[in-house]
Amino acid sequence: MDDFLAARSQMALSLGFHIIYACIGMVMPFFMAISHYKWLKTNNEVYKHITKAWSKGVAIFFATGAVSGTMLSFELGLLWPKFMEHAGPIFGMPFSLEGTAFFIEAIALGFFLYGWDKLNKWFHWFTGVVVGVSGLASGILVVAANAWMNSPAGFDYVDGQYTNIDPIKAMFNDAWFTQALHMCLAAFTATGFAVAGVHALMILRKQHTDFHYKSFKIASAFATVCALLQPISGDISAKDVAQRQPAKLAAMEALYKTEKPAPLIIGGIVDEKNKTVSNYIELPGALSFLAHGDFKAEVKGLDQIPEDEHPPVAITHYAFQIMVGLGTLMMFISFIYFFILWRKKTILNTKWLLKLFVFAIPLGYIALEAGWVVTEVGRQPWIINGIMRTKDAVTPMPGIAWSFYLFSAIYFSLSLIVIFLLYRQIKMVPVLYKSSNIDN
Amino acid sequence: MEQVVIAFLCLAILLYFLLGGADFGAGIIELFTSTKNRSRTRKTMYHAIGPVWEANHMWLIIAIVILFVAFPKIYTTMSVHLHIPLAIMLIGIMARGTAFVFRHYDAVKDDMHWLYNRIFRYSSFVTALFLGILAGSVLSGKIDPNANNFADAYIFGWLNLFSVAVGLFTTALCGFLAAVYLIGECKTDEDKQRFIKKAKYMNVAAVIFGAMVFVSATMEDVPLMNWVVYNKVGLAAVILASLSLVLLWYLLLKGRTQILRVLAGFQVTMILVAISYAHFPNFIRLKGGETISLYAVIAPEKTVQSLGWALVLGSLLILPFLGYLFYKFQQKEE
Repeated sequence: MDDFLAARSQMALSLGFHIIYACIGMVMPFFMAISHYKWLKTNNEVYKHITKAWSKGVAIFFATGAVSGTMLSFELGLLWPKFMEHAGPIFGMPFSLEGTAFFIEAIALGFFLYGWDKLNKWFHWFTGVVVGVSGLASGILVVAANAWMNSPAGFDYVDGQYTNIDPIKAMFNDAWFTQALHMCLAAFTATGFAVAGVHALMILRKQHTDFHYKSFKIASAFATVCALLQPISGDISAKDVAQRQPAKLAAMEALYKTEKPAPLIIGGIVDEKNKTVSNYIELPGALSFLAHGDFKAEVKGLDQIPEDEHPPVAITHYAFQIMVGLGTLMMFISFIYFFILWRKKTILNTKWLLKLFVFAIPLGYIALEAGWVVTEVGRQPWIINGIMRTKDAVTPMPGIAWSFYLFSAIYFSLSLIVIFLLYRQIKMVPVLYKSSNIDN
Repeated sequence: MEQVVIAFLCLAILLYFLLGGADFGAGIIELFTSTKNRSRTRKTMYHAIGPVWEANHMWLIIAIVILFVAFPKIYTTMSVHLHIPLAIMLIGIMARGTAFVFRHYDAVKDDMHWLYNRIFRYSSFVTALFLGILAGSVLSGKIDPNANNFADAYIFGWLNLFSVAVGLFTTALCGFLAAVYLIGECKTDEDKQRFIKKAKYMNVAAVIFGAMVFVSATMEDVPLMNWVVYNKVGLAAVILASLSLVLLWYLLLKGRTQILRVLAGFQVTMILVAISYAHFPNFIRLKGGETISLYAVIAPEKTVQSLGWALVLGSLLILPFLGYLFYKFQQKEE
């Protein structure tokens, strides 16, 4: 494996894992805060147990998210020193704010996890909310930094020099809002479906049904509402990308030739050598509409972009298909859920729907990873869109492949342990939350 | 604003050495505790650092963000030439952080704990060692940006006598900080005596490794003597550090634990001041005597301005909240 590929793979691997840890750590505090609120309002012990059970998940994922995030803040330099040397002062603003948000989150988490029966109960609840809000703020800020790579702003690039730097403008680049919105909804959808699915499984096994059903309701509410909102945000993102990164949009849709009107293709096998796509379903004019809001508009194909600026088309296209496909599936599950809820008031006896939720456990995360592949691979060959190429940013140190193997091993074992821990936590629910007098 | 940003950088590095260091030290102490006392040590330790350990590690993030936003040249020089020790330290941070949380949150207590404990202890040691090695390398003058072979460019910059000596010295200091901190957390006299003993050992180790740092500095041509002895502030800091050590042992015998902590922190601060004051504002010494100064590589003004404001406003939010966290979980001890 050559060093450049190894560096890209290691970055992809680290971000790929961090995204999942961070999303769970960012979303679960909100679930927790809701059940905590219900416990304080209703005095129903089950809600207290749910809060405690979830807070353990939050603690585990916050720790893994924090260490993998620390890792990333160094990896940016370890793998892409040339990029950081120039980009650091420009797009560093969201990172410095994120440092604050992250710090507050860590403090609030300390209060929350160790504050049971030691703090005023509403202050204690509030610290839980702070964990969620600051976690969400961290997420938005980091995505804003990534958005800058897609939509560089806040500097002038003259003769290879970066001048006239304005970090605030860089932070509020054109892409920050659409990307952050899409990411946040994705995080809530993915985590909501995963959590709801696990509790649905326990309901189907008839274990501790009251506990799991109450948990299921909270998680599924977030999951389904966000899954229904996500297509709107996706549409805004598509129009944004069409305008700013036509090469990325063309790769997403494997549009080799400029067309007017352009069809939307579903599925298909990409032949990168011959620049063709086969075996797809075609929706005439739909891509024109998605990209420009007009069924007859022209959509730029890869033929209008210099060949050495083409992103890898196959990966981007397949990832995009997976993301949209799964997103649509989750949207349908959400429709069905609301329909059943409207007709029957409870889904406790609708086994097939619970099974559908169990099936959906990994879907959100697969879609999330696929979406991230679309945005990162679709930006190639650029690390700063249109300004700096990824291959020019890579570290001069040879032997990165070894580092990649080592970190792969670490991330995989870390994830296995996390899954194992969660499995044990869930298995122990009946034991841990049976009696009313429990401590941590 | 330049001064504000630099002050925050120094503060973040200092606090990471003190708080993060004490945290690593807890693992190091556990490593050097006899098997029969380990579970008691662990309990005391968990009690003491559980609520605050996540926050302690945020200082590293703050320091690194300041470096790459305001001093990108320093950040990239370190991450290119000190890639290997940085990667090892990061693996250590990941391993110990997760092992610490996992061993608390594993719902079943069984053989897995054997694994978590092992990982926690060894990675604490490795992390502290490499943190020290990194600090040493920055001062060592062995980093060679013009090297044309792998070993000179990526290995000898950090694998040299001076850096390793600083690494060992740091490890001993971390153990010492943790031992002193934990003395105040003990519930029984027996535990207290154990940590006092640990503090003694760690202190002796620190003195030995400290001497090694000076010897290796002479051997490796690091002008440490000039910084420490021939500079007024450096000299004053060393004298204050030594005096506080004497006072520290006196108070230890008297059992005044609160002042002890302050003194131990003060002592480590003085050590950091001693080695860095004369060197400031130079941050990295390169091979051939060239240096990278903070002022020379600072980012454009607007970046420094906005970073400075972000740090000031951020700390207005963070510090009271953090202070209350430490206060609240101190209070419950009494």
